[in-house]
Amino acid sequence: MPDITLDHISKTYNKNTLLALDDISFEVNKGELFGLIGPDGAGKTSLFRILTTLLLPDKGFATVNGFDVVKNYKSIRGIIGYMPGKFSLYQDLTVEENLKFFATVFKTTVEKNYDLIRDIYLQIEPFKKRRAGQLSGGMKQKLALCCALIHKPEVLFLDEPTTGVDAVSRREFWEMLKSLQKENITILVSTAYMDEATLCDRIGLIQSGKMLSVDTPENVLKAYPENLFAIKSKNVHKLLTDLRNFENTLQCYASGEYLHLSFKTENGNSQNEVVVFLKEKGHDEIEMKMCKPSIEDCFIRLLAS
Amino acid sequence: MKETVIKTENLTKRFGDFVAVDAISFEVYKGEIFGFLGANGAGKTTAMRMLSGLSKPTSGKAIVAGLDVFTQPEEIKKNIGYMSQRFSLYEDLTVIENIKFFGGIYGLSDKQIKQKSEELIEQLQFQNEIKKLVHDIPLGWKQKLALSVAILHEPKVVFLDEPTGGVDPATRKQFWEMIYQTADKGITVFVTTHYLDEAEYCNRISIMVDGRIDALGTPRELKEKFSATSMDEVFYKLARGAKRSDN
Repeated sequence: MPDITLDHISKTYNKNTLLALDDISFEVNKGELFGLIGPDGAGKTSLFRILTTLLLPDKGFATVNGFDVVKNYKSIRGIIGYMPGKFSLYQDLTVEENLKFFATVFKTTVEKNYDLIRDIYLQIEPFKKRRAGQLSGGMKQKLALCCALIHKPEVLFLDEPTTGVDAVSRREFWEMLKSLQKENITILVSTAYMDEATLCDRIGLIQSGKMLSVDTPENVLKAYPENLFAIKSKNVHKLLTDLRNFENTLQCYASGEYLHLSFKTENGNSQNEVVVFLKEKGHDEIEMKMCKPSIEDCFIRLLAS
Repeated sequence: MKETVIKTENLTKRFGDFVAVDAISFEVYKGEIFGFLGANGAGKTTAMRMLSGLSKPTSGKAIVAGLDVFTQPEEIKKNIGYMSQRFSLYEDLTVIENIKFFGGIYGLSDKQIKQKSEELIEQLQFQNEIKKLVHDIPLGWKQKLALSVAILHEPKVVFLDEPTGGVDPATRKQFWEMIYQTADKGITVFVTTHYLDEAEYCNRISIMVDGRIDALGTPRELKEKFSATSMDEVFYKLARGAKRSDN
């Protein structure tokens, strides 16, 4: 059963001159962990603000937990948790004061739903007397998550919770989300880190207000249309410049130690042809192999089409 | 013989009892792309502040671009470039005004500024944007402009503090191509990032844990040493053991 539905949602700013969301439709199922993947300016925050009833769409309909985001906004506000991208707790209240405040606003108590936040809260409990403004980035993020969860919401909206957080803390954060999912909470999370996509049940790739693709990470990967090759030589930068000038190159860009390369048209001899071309250009130690595309490769491919 | 651009020996910074940077020793060479990694709170920013002449070390030695961080911090500031995600350009100045401003700050003559800005606009293909406020141009363009401005005065080394946050992967890759070009010009690039796939683009990488440098080498060497298939795994194996985080 869908818990969030978007039906042809559009949003413009600056007197209709800036199109932030362009005819977006998708659904998120009850208990699903859905990732909205896209860069800054893609429209992720506008979408969150519409679903959390903080912004009116220009066109289209959307529902959360069966309630219309425009007509039934008050009902939605009571059953969702929202963690905005910008830290929005009270900086001059302490950790425990913030938590208590949010519990009270939602007409509940910290004790009543403590089980839900315990694992996360225990990590910040040693600092419970510290003002929220004095916490580190990682700690603020955990406190914000606790405050968003304290009324046991049906749907949790997390807008770029891991931006600027190091790889170890990011991994821990995703483990927390996985365990919250067991409580049957629907989670819509946005991120600019492509590698986090594979941790979601389904993902939507978004760019310039348009949905490029909505599917499971596995299916997005399977839909990559060409064979993808990893290639390197002694001078990777020159390799990139030369491959861009190779006539059969469709896309070529750096990817870790190797470059990723796809061909416009591929026949059994395409690999040999490119190696011959590169040898003529004076490249040494050429290494080439077929590789599996990542979500990042899929995103770059979708941007080009 | 490789020319050394940064050399530290037991470089240390204490804040009271807290050892933020704990006797780090390493060298970075001319034209090298050096990745400076570590978890939040590991001491990266403090180390970078010392190397850029902004913070006086407690003990140890450090030479940057031939200058001593203890005795010549002001000289160092003139001989390096610096760019960070947080602060780099003035949003309420236009593109061309930012270029002129930073050119002036770095002590270029009017003639040099004029020549440099023409080159830069041409190279970035910013002809139609020069009169736009920086506030109004896309983030990816800001990042490219910020890097260009940071190396306007052709420094020996440029420090990039998490330069690529928030842009789409295609734009991020274009930025890395600019980093390659910068290194090709002989400018050493000293870069921090949270994107561990980017670490693979570096010639060498160091990983800080609890104020120390616990690993240093080429991406391939580090992966072999830690029996890992990706830098992500190397980082996780090292940083997971950290005693302190950024609290």
